[in-house]
Amino acid sequence: MGFMDKFKNRFKQDENAEEVSTKYKEGMKKSRQTFSGKINDLIARYRKVDEDFFEELEEVLISADVGVTTVMDLVEELKMEVKRQNIKDTKDIKEVISEKLVEIYYGDDDEKIEGLKLDKEDLSVILVVGVNGAGKTTSIGKLANQLKSQGKKVVLAAGDTFRAGAIEQLEVWGERAGVDVIKQGAGSDPAAVIFDGIKSAKAKNADVLICDTAGRLQNKVNLMNELSKVKRVIEREVPNAPHEVLLVLDATTGQNALNQAKTFSEATNVSGIVLTKLDGTAKGGIVLAIRKELNIPVKYVGLGEKIDDLQEFNAHAFVYGLFADMLEETE
Amino acid sequence: MAFEGLADRLQSTIKKITGKGKVSEQDVKEMTREVRLALLEADVNFKVVKDLIKRIKERAIGQEVMESLTPGQQVIKVVKEELTELMGGENSKIAVADRAPTVVMMVGLQGAGKTTTTGKLANLLRKKHNRSPLLVACDVYRPAAIKQLETLGEQLTMPVFSMGTEANPVDIATKAIEKAREEHHDYVIIDTAGRLHVDNELMDELQEIKANVKPDEIFLVVDSMTGQDAVNVAESFNEQLDLSGVVLTKLDGDTRGGAALSIKAVTDKPIKFAGMGEKLDQLEAFHPERMASRILGMGDVLSLIEKAQTNVDEKQAKELEEKMRTMSFTFDDFLEQMGQVKNMGPLDDLMAMIPGASKMKGLKNAQLDEKQLSHVEAIIQSMTKKERQDPSLMNASRKKRIAKGSGTSVSQVNRLLKQFDEMKKMMKQMTNMQKGKKGKGMKFPFM
Ligand SMILES: Nc1nc2c(ncn2[C@@H]2O[C@H](COP(=O)(O)OP(=O)(O)OP(=O)(O)O)[C@@H](O)[C@H]2O)c(=O)[nH]1
Ligand SMILES: Nc1nc2c(ncn2[C@@H]2O[C@H](COP(=O)(O)OP(=O)(O)OP(=O)(O)O)[C@@H](O)[C@H]2O)c(=O)[nH]1
Ligand SMILES: [Mg+2]
Ligand SMILES: [Mg+2]
Repeated sequence: MGFMDKFKNRFKQDENAEEVSTKYKEGMKKSRQTFSGKINDLIARYRKVDEDFFEELEEVLISADVGVTTVMDLVEELKMEVKRQNIKDTKDIKEVISEKLVEIYYGDDDEKIEGLKLDKEDLSVILVVGVNGAGKTTSIGKLANQLKSQGKKVVLAAGDTFRAGAIEQLEVWGERAGVDVIKQGAGSDPAAVIFDGIKSAKAKNADVLICDTAGRLQNKVNLMNELSKVKRVIEREVPNAPHEVLLVLDATTGQNALNQAKTFSEATNVSGIVLTKLDGTAKGGIVLAIRKELNIPVKYVGLGEKIDDLQEFNAHAFVYGLFADMLEETE
Repeated sequence: MAFEGLADRLQSTIKKITGKGKVSEQDVKEMTREVRLALLEADVNFKVVKDLIKRIKERAIGQEVMESLTPGQQVIKVVKEELTELMGGENSKIAVADRAPTVVMMVGLQGAGKTTTTGKLANLLRKKHNRSPLLVACDVYRPAAIKQLETLGEQLTMPVFSMGTEANPVDIATKAIEKAREEHHDYVIIDTAGRLHVDNELMDELQEIKANVKPDEIFLVVDSMTGQDAVNVAESFNEQLDLSGVVLTKLDGDTRGGAALSIKAVTDKPIKFAGMGEKLDQLEAFHPERMASRILGMGDVLSLIEKAQTNVDEKQAKELEEKMRTMSFTFDDFLEQMGQVKNMGPLDDLMAMIPGASKMKGLKNAQLDEKQLSHVEAIIQSMTKKERQDPSLMNASRKKRIAKGSGTSVSQVNRLLKQFDEMKKMMKQMTNMQKGKKGKGMKFPFM
């Protein structure tokens, strides 16, 4: 069985693959159009697999923010593969390109789909971190709504006590999702707010507590320490918590996203990424490098500003979304 | 995993290429390969990189190698010059309308920093230009966006005009202008909702606001961490709104900021301000040359360029030393020296370049505070020519005038005068000490 068949079969086996894939295809339309569009362009223009072809392939990938190092490695591997399989025609290299990219997405754990790891019996705590304006508060609103619709009792803690209007913003999302928001006044100690949130979530017998935090740039040592302190409070108060530490990453971000992932991981041991703003034209290709170099999986993608614009990340669907055009063409 | 600066990348190449004469094609090839990687890693758009590399090649190949340079250094010099040229000159002017109020409109993607920058700009207009701005809340979409701007208004004790979330942003903007006229505000700063450049409906809304209020400035606010997509965003906003300038935010982070170069290249609009933090006084004039250095990998490259210009430097340094020895060093010299240092990029990076400086704890504080440097600059600039040449002229009324002119206090002026005096004494000691050692240090006399 060829790679593509295997891939498609696996995809079809997925229960709600069809639905997921439609949503993805829609949300990812713009990125996919530009990305796959470019590769198709490229393939149409070049008939032969030569140096020029690889140079331009490099550019297509770099323009998707995949990152120079990853791209160079990938192209090296591709060149070898092309030699090994004696591929001459650009038509035939299509599969090899997708195969390699898919490989990076999947890493070693081929079949694993990464959902949230929550405690089924007791209170689960999710800590949400990230740089300024990435989409933390919005994603929390969306996630609260999603979890609630799955029948979970959700409480939010307004741990951003710094930014103007941050508490009120989370309160609006709490109202929209129909969940309680625990808060203190602006300027109060974030760790104290989170502590309050935990106590209150326990008292309410909640299933999930999601903690918002103020945006911070990863090179601010004091602020990163503050975040570690918040995490320690959670660890102390709830066994096995935080169950998830989600780093919210703006898909528009370039290579700095790697620094973000690295430094936030050091401070809070990030367990997953929420990749926001994928409804724009940015492709979020840096996720490839983050997975490859730091092995942090993407758990959700943000595809808009509305409450249901959050999709669970599904590696199969994500890749399918990126390469849908190409797959359809090969059929 | 951390990104190497260009200088790190080039160290080995530079050392390899040491023959004198003309810069050969091979030299340039080896160098530009590294330059390309460094620029791409810094998020400069790949098309912009391509153009740059082409120009650099054209210029560098066959050039005479300057005395005291290696061909490698010569190529770096060309790279730096090309980047600086592309970044353009410094321009942090804000328009003034013939008839008040001047209208400024902030636009950009979600979360870029528009609302925060609206507050910062208002603060700057009042503080530096003595203006009285009215802030306008036109973001009716994002939860608590109005509240956010109102809170900033409270922090600044400045009025915010809003009509709630039910009103139409075009109406809000139009009414705000009327209100500003009635209440004699000379500036109106309009905060708009974040939007995607491909969201036609919301882009139309901006065009409609523009048509109604005829803004004197339209600033695109861009996150400096933006990757390759920066060109699409900037090009699209510029096409649809004809921007007057750009504000680059979150430059207090550790991003290389290649987006700056991309944006400048596709829009040819000046980047006027840099956001340097979340607080309302953390907006600075944008320094294109510093940005060029930052994109290239900061201070380390500068040290190479510095070397590349030793000819000039040595002569200046000699003059300076002479002046110091004879105690004829004036405030004018001081200012010139300070300008040179400021041109070299963020002070922290500069410190990192000076051997041993990082170990000298005393150097890490007040004197290297950039804000303080700009105060010092303002004070000196408020002195008359005579005063600068001869600080002994200074008396109470002169000091008062200088403090007023520079927006500082008499005690700040006094402190500077005292420091200057002490510094001169110290310099004399140092130059005397060094004479015996044939050293030609003293690059940064006031440190
Ligand atoms: N288009 C789009 N916009 C988004 C998405 N997620 C968030 N946003 C927008 O991005 C902006 C910033 O979102 P916030 O949720 O306030 O970001 P944050 O990380 O909490 O910001 P700070 O708390 O200030 O650091 C808002 O205008 C959101 O509506 C997304 O997936 N797509
Ligand atoms: N560190 C740092 N943070 C900044 C800077 N400018 C803005 N921010 C932060 O970035 C986040 C987003 O800023 P906002 O002003 O809300 O951005 P916006 O463009 O108005 O966002 P939307 O209205 O949702 O599109 C906030 O957390 C700000 O505090 C800056 O120069 N440095
Ligand atoms: Mg937030
Ligand atoms: Mg805003």
